[in-house]
Amino acid sequence: MNFYPEFEVVRNDSRCIRCRVCERQCANEVHWYDADGKVMLSDESKCVNCQRCVTLCPTRALKIVKSDCRLRENANYSDQTIKEIYRQAETGGVLLSSMGNPNPLPVYWDKILINASQVTNPPIDPLREPMETRVFLGKKPEHITRNADGTLNTQLAPQLTLSMPVMFSAMSYGSISYNAHASLARAASALGICYNTGEGGLHEDFYKYGKNTIVQVASGRFGVHKDYLEAGAAIEIKMGQGAKPGIGGHLPGTKAVGDVAKTRMIPEGSDAISPAPHHDIYSIEDLRQLVYSLKEATEYRLPVIVKVAAVHNIAAIASGIARSGADIIAIDGFRGGTGAAPTRIRDNDGIPIEPALAAVDKRLRDEGIRNNVSIVCGGSVRSASDVVKAIALGADACYIATAACLAMGCHLCRSCHTGKCNWGIATQRPDLVKRLNPDIGSQRLINLMDAWRHEIKELMGGMGINSIEALRGNRLMLRGVGLTEKELEILGIAHAGE
Amino acid sequence: MIPLEGQVRIPSGCAVSAMISRDGRRMNGEQIIQSMVPMHDRSNGLGGGFAAYGIYPEYKDFYALHIFFNDKSCQNECMTLLKEYFEIVQDEHIKVRKIPQITDEPIIRRVFVSPMQSVLRHLQIDEKELVVRTVNRINAQLDGSYVFSCGKNMGAFKAVGFPEDVGRYYRLEEYEAYCWTAHGRYPTNTPGWWGGAHPFCMLDYSIVHNGEISSYDANRRFIEMYGYKCTLQTDTEVITYIADYLLRRQGLTLEETAAVIAAPFWSTIDAKPEAEKQMYTYLRNVFPSLLVTGPFSIILGFEGGLMALNDRLKLRSMVIGEQDDMVYIASEEAAIRVMAPDIRNIWSPAGGEPVIVRVKEGAF
Repeated sequence: MNFYPEFEVVRNDSRCIRCRVCERQCANEVHWYDADGKVMLSDESKCVNCQRCVTLCPTRALKIVKSDCRLRENANYSDQTIKEIYRQAETGGVLLSSMGNPNPLPVYWDKILINASQVTNPPIDPLREPMETRVFLGKKPEHITRNADGTLNTQLAPQLTLSMPVMFSAMSYGSISYNAHASLARAASALGICYNTGEGGLHEDFYKYGKNTIVQVASGRFGVHKDYLEAGAAIEIKMGQGAKPGIGGHLPGTKAVGDVAKTRMIPEGSDAISPAPHHDIYSIEDLRQLVYSLKEATEYRLPVIVKVAAVHNIAAIASGIARSGADIIAIDGFRGGTGAAPTRIRDNDGIPIEPALAAVDKRLRDEGIRNNVSIVCGGSVRSASDVVKAIALGADACYIATAACLAMGCHLCRSCHTGKCNWGIATQRPDLVKRLNPDIGSQRLINLMDAWRHEIKELMGGMGINSIEALRGNRLMLRGVGLTEKELEILGIAHAGE
Repeated sequence: MIPLEGQVRIPSGCAVSAMISRDGRRMNGEQIIQSMVPMHDRSNGLGGGFAAYGIYPEYKDFYALHIFFNDKSCQNECMTLLKEYFEIVQDEHIKVRKIPQITDEPIIRRVFVSPMQSVLRHLQIDEKELVVRTVNRINAQLDGSYVFSCGKNMGAFKAVGFPEDVGRYYRLEEYEAYCWTAHGRYPTNTPGWWGGAHPFCMLDYSIVHNGEISSYDANRRFIEMYGYKCTLQTDTEVITYIADYLLRRQGLTLEETAAVIAAPFWSTIDAKPEAEKQMYTYLRNVFPSLLVTGPFSIILGFEGGLMALNDRLKLRSMVIGEQDDMVYIASEEAAIRVMAPDIRNIWSPAGGEPVIVRVKEGAF
């Protein structure tokens, strides 16, 4: 069925100099030059509103606007709902989407406000006083022990040391490009934080960034071998992902080319679809076995992270994981991004990260096992203030991926699954990949994290806190606005004015 | 109605003072009371108190519980509970002097107790743990009963009022201690409750504290995992529990405890020799939630000594004076000058630098 396109290309012909940049830059082939009429034309039906042409047009002759030609308005059957039905009626297929849930569901970060010092204690100025953001992730001992000479025995379970409580979350090589991985790895290395390989294995060129790499083991076990496990600073078992709880990863065959296929150890061009469960984990005791298998394989040198999607029973699940031998739990909220997920699952499964995090932190404390594990939260952490709120709710650190993609140039057009990312991130087409220069990509990631670190320090200083550990779980520093009593109770915070 | 301690978090500014004889000489409370007079303006009349070490030599083997009761029925209820776990050795009124500055007093009792061995065996805990658990239970669960001191051969004396009046009220000139600490309180949102005054005590640890810590909820939520209940929502209470947890339950030294509470900055740690660097890094890594930030000066009293500690940025004043066997500590030099007018050796410790004073072995 044919519809009027979702977007319109508005071209100011008096500005257009026919340089044809838009034509060359658009992987979706929206623009072309009509030599007879000496005019640029466009097929707007192919446009995904990625803004590549708008950004590169030297004369600002282009803009992409939302089309106002819509189906008859209906509050129940929205334009999108109806068109999705038409598409499914045509194809019989499952709808696919990319990036995080775009629907207007509650963003609790925006309903939480941060405290600042006035009179009774002083704010601290990060420009004039030390302000510390270093964190360690990993299991802490219940009791200290001493050596024969009385000094402290400083041996600890393996820890991950981060210069600031933010890491780049899992994005596989395959879902994103070689240059995107290079940018992330180099930035993480320069920043003293970690990036995460995702489930696609680790390209041999990036082994040298191992100290700042988290290697992931997902249900498909793509690219997992001994050297891979030993290459990183930590191993992450991916049980689930916020964007698609209950199903496995999904790399379209069009992206499984060349080195991607080789790194994943799969035939070129084959869809890499991870099973929904790990086929060796059907229960919590099985998880414990995998945790210890990985520890054995790496001689207990590396912390093991277990990543789960935030789902209804997350507190109990986390409690189980904390007793499974895992060193770190990563919780991924329902607004987390993805390179490809069934739309229905992305938009309807799981719960927001804020209440999930609060519930997990509280449960682990109630059970007295909060020190057994560190908590990393992800699933739409968008800014330094989101990080501060997450830490104050109880997280040890945050995972960011969408924000990292944006830093590298992503414009959130949510078309990663097509493999035609015009920004060189979520694509494997060499002509597109080369658009992302790792020198620039890594620098922009470093800039973003530098900026966030400054902001985190300013926010901490305002609260009179000069080290990040004094913020962790410090919920008194948060107040809710416009939240119900139940929401406040779950978040464990008071309402503004209380 | 203004909420009481425990119903709301209460920040406060304050004055602290302490004196200790390294030789273990016992001195009456006159001087420490006088030391609070020049710091009058640092309090607002909503709480004052003292801790004294070495005051009950004839009962030194028993835990001295100082308890406030709202009324007789609270007292009966509490004593019934105590008798389940302890032998009551002595149960008496704490003698006071009626003065117009101190009013609305609760029933104030001093009970010397000895843990029942059968109970300890049954619960498989040591006697200190039994005292801690019982005191926590009374303070958290028994409405109208509040144990404000529970150490051996030491005691706290506190009330709503200015500290110098509180000292006279409790007739502290009649007690002899080798170590005294004192506190005047300037809370900002309480009508004043006797239990909320400082010192705050657990076993023989007593804390007087000046400041408002910004790490409060991080500290509280961590320490509550280990059986402590922060019923008062004051900084002093949580710092006392931290000290008890680190010193008694974890077995850290005072220096190590100071390196957790007022940890050196990473820039300092990273510049230290390898062994020290490892030690400090270990402590910050293992006990991150017990780092205390925001302004504070605290004096931690314990059997046979005390430790004074500032926050790591030294956001609160604290000075030390030394003369012969005596060490004086106070928020202001003026207070020390009252106790030792001719003192020469007065200095300010750096932020995060613990000052530990110990009485000679065998002298307490």
